[in-house]
Amino acid sequence: MTTAGAGAARPRAGAGGAGPAAVALRDVAKTYGRGAHAVEALRGVSFEIRDNEFFTLLGPSGCGKTTLLRAIAGFEQASAGAILLFGADIVDVPAHRRPVNTVFQHYALFPHMTVAANVAFGLRRLRRPEGEIARQVAAMLALVKMEALADRLPGQLSGGQKQRVALARALAPAPKVLLLDEPLSALDLKLRQAMRQELKQIQATTGITFIFVTHDQEEALSMSDRIAVMSEGRVQQIGPPAEIYEHPANRFVAGFVGDANFIPATVVGEEGGRVRCRTPAGLVLAAGAAPSPPGGRGTVLFVRPEKVGLVPAGQGTVEGRVRGLQYLGDAVLIEIDIGEALPLVASERMARLGQAARRPGDRLGVVLDPAALQLLAG
Amino acid sequence: MTGPRPAARRRRPFGEVPGLGTLAAGFLVFLYAPIAVLVAYSFNAGSIVMVWTGFSTDWYARAFANADIRQAAFNSLVVAVTATAIATVVATLAALVLARGGRFRGSEAVLGLISLPLMVPEIVTAVAVLVFFSGIGLNLGLGNVVIAHVTFCIPFAFMPIRARLDGMDTTLEQAAQDLYASEWATFRLVTLPLLMPGVLAGAMLSFVISMDDFIITMMVAGAGDTTLPVYIYSMIRHGITPEVNAVSSILLLVSIVLVTLYWFMTRTGPGTARR
Amino acid sequence: MALLPARAPLRRTLGLLPAVAIILAFMVVPVAIMAVFSFLVPRSFGGVEWTFSTDAYVQILFERMLDDSLRFSPGYLMIVLRSFGLALLATVSCLLVGFPVAWFMARRPPGERNLWVLLITIPFWTNQLVRTFAWIIILGRNGVIEAPFRWAGILDQGATLGLMYSNLAITVGLTYTFIPLMVLPIYASLEKLDFSLVEAAADLYSSRLATFRRVVIPLARPGIIAGCLLVFIPSLGAFIQPDLLGGGKKLMLGTLVQFQFTTARNWPFGAAIAMVLLALVMVVLILHARAARPHPAPGGGQ
Repeated sequence: MTTAGAGAARPRAGAGGAGPAAVALRDVAKTYGRGAHAVEALRGVSFEIRDNEFFTLLGPSGCGKTTLLRAIAGFEQASAGAILLFGADIVDVPAHRRPVNTVFQHYALFPHMTVAANVAFGLRRLRRPEGEIARQVAAMLALVKMEALADRLPGQLSGGQKQRVALARALAPAPKVLLLDEPLSALDLKLRQAMRQELKQIQATTGITFIFVTHDQEEALSMSDRIAVMSEGRVQQIGPPAEIYEHPANRFVAGFVGDANFIPATVVGEEGGRVRCRTPAGLVLAAGAAPSPPGGRGTVLFVRPEKVGLVPAGQGTVEGRVRGLQYLGDAVLIEIDIGEALPLVASERMARLGQAARRPGDRLGVVLDPAALQLLAG
Repeated sequence: MTGPRPAARRRRPFGEVPGLGTLAAGFLVFLYAPIAVLVAYSFNAGSIVMVWTGFSTDWYARAFANADIRQAAFNSLVVAVTATAIATVVATLAALVLARGGRFRGSEAVLGLISLPLMVPEIVTAVAVLVFFSGIGLNLGLGNVVIAHVTFCIPFAFMPIRARLDGMDTTLEQAAQDLYASEWATFRLVTLPLLMPGVLAGAMLSFVISMDDFIITMMVAGAGDTTLPVYIYSMIRHGITPEVNAVSSILLLVSIVLVTLYWFMTRTGPGTARR
Repeated sequence: MALLPARAPLRRTLGLLPAVAIILAFMVVPVAIMAVFSFLVPRSFGGVEWTFSTDAYVQILFERMLDDSLRFSPGYLMIVLRSFGLALLATVSCLLVGFPVAWFMARRPPGERNLWVLLITIPFWTNQLVRTFAWIIILGRNGVIEAPFRWAGILDQGATLGLMYSNLAITVGLTYTFIPLMVLPIYASLEKLDFSLVEAAADLYSSRLATFRRVVIPLARPGIIAGCLLVFIPSLGAFIQPDLLGGGKKLMLGTLVQFQFTTARNWPFGAAIAMVLLALVMVVLILHARAARPHPAPGGGQ
């Protein structure tokens, strides 16, 4: 196990390092209850998390992300499949023997122990020499900037401070993998944003593999090396943030990660690596196709609001009329009727808007660039 | 006759019913006046309880000098301490299994069984245990009393321990395991320290309940095994002297001090009322 | 999820065994033996003859005449009815006083509320016998209440107001002893009551009385029911209050049972009375279990 700081020189994740994955999941399934009341929390999840990676499990509540995290921690027994930690199967290893530590959602600090005793807890259980424990506790408290409050009890700390102690406590034994279960969800917005940066930095400094669970797409996009988007007990897509955002694998991912316009469409032809699609209203548009072939539930065209170009009437791919406006401060959302069942939403930065403020009823041209349009499984 | 509306006719908020405060104050008087009267008369100089003749602490001196009272008080303490110790350990074990052992068939039945002594009228328990002991010929002196007390103390010890366990955040135990604590270490370092206020509360309730019990002890106790409440009862039966008031006042004081202490104890200290 | 410290069935068994064994051996078995005894024949100086007989139960309602015929005799039935009546009376008076007090407590600031809870809890945890005894000093001949009358010459030397050894004295004793058990559960349910619900009702044109009837009472129902149960059940089987304040004249079930096992030494009859008492308690508990099931407020759905 590495001590804090020593990992700084290690190669960054994603560099295609050799050796086994930090965590490998093989067909992991988890079913609660039996018979008619059975609930499948995980339905055959398989993927690998690389060493030294900041990996995020993203999804709505009930998607199975927390169950998966708890299965890795050892708090839940997977119903089927294998969980490998650096090549070794840990399914039968009890939680207290797994070299992984967890930052709990509501911190779970021991209320009867001081901050220092909380941080030392894991090291004491591992029977480390007292000198080393003292050094490591001091180093960890310094890392999270909590040295001054070492003798406080958790009840005397603010939410943000508890968060830092929880982090220091989980990092102290220098685990191979750190599990973070929505650790920022109980903090207020400003603190949450500040902590994102700090978490990212701590991960880089310590070189420990972070597995981060969240339902907040912004959090996931801003911190992760790679993201696994989960829904209904399955992994929908795995990839770096930009890939997830720019090239979602399906309609669920596109809709969950960021805002999206969906226009039902059928494929009518192909040309130059692009597909030609027809919408119910008769528009024929060229678009890129998603990497996976469209499934059985029909297909939709997908475009992000900020990728919808707005030009004066008569100059666009499609003609439209402004139906409504939503002022957001730095940007404005514009609902445009283009003759489809649902209006198209475009977002325009305020800086570019200038004096040309739009009004409901205005006619304008809409540019739907084939590079921005994608055909997805519905 | 029509003048400006008096201020008192202004609409008052829903909860503010007039006279409620007076009623509540009157209620407190109702609760405490008998106790106050009892204590006051224990300082009466005369030997007729009801006729006030002057202040004196003689009856306390007499009570303390009375060997029978001292023996009864000693018996009460022995029974209460022993019964409390046994009941608290037994109840803690049961509470741990029921709160942390997961659901199992029969857990409801066990819970019902443990709360049974709370439901069966005391006098029924008293005569049933009397009949049982005489039937099997068990005669352990104070031991019989202790056995009976343990039985009805178990639910009183159980309730606060169980409540504390239910209120405890189980992720704390998971956090300990996550930090390499074995099952036993988790129990010793996290569960038990956090459970202690509940265990203390349970022990305290058991102790008070055992010290106060009269009906069951009266039926079960042999001639030499009189406890303080049983002795007080026989004093009331055989003609009331202010000595009864003095002993009773002491018993009241012990309970009041214990309950108040417990109340302040549970109000401070780490790990209380946190979810 | 099975967490520590009881994962294995063995540990589960070991953990529950002491509690279960003690209560089975020293509570369930003795009561079962009592049930058996109630169908046997009494021996002269206590104890039983092992002969089956339902006489103990027959005796509650009938008197066996010299010619072995049965004649209805209301004496013991009266005691059953008195127990029921006085317990009910005590429950009602506890409710009438307890509810407003609980409401008052629930509307106090939080810090003050805890103090009230302490003040109401303290008497409850002090000795029942002693607290009941205190009422002898108050209600008794030459007691606190009679003294001023005597002093003013309204009451003659030999005369008494007759407060003691009456149904009234017993009811006061029961009310006094068990009222904390009424106040605390009602307070607990009222304290949890979200007061904005009351405001919402007022906002929706509900009068004070209607708000109280349709919003407050239904939401406080669990507390009220629990309180009534906690007062009624121990009152029904009370011994100390009827014994000290009813003075052997006004018997209740509790004193009757004790009398049969000590002075009268008729164990089967005492056991039969105890079984009747137990049955009454069980009936009340079963009724409660039914009533405790959640069901909508009366007239709430119109």
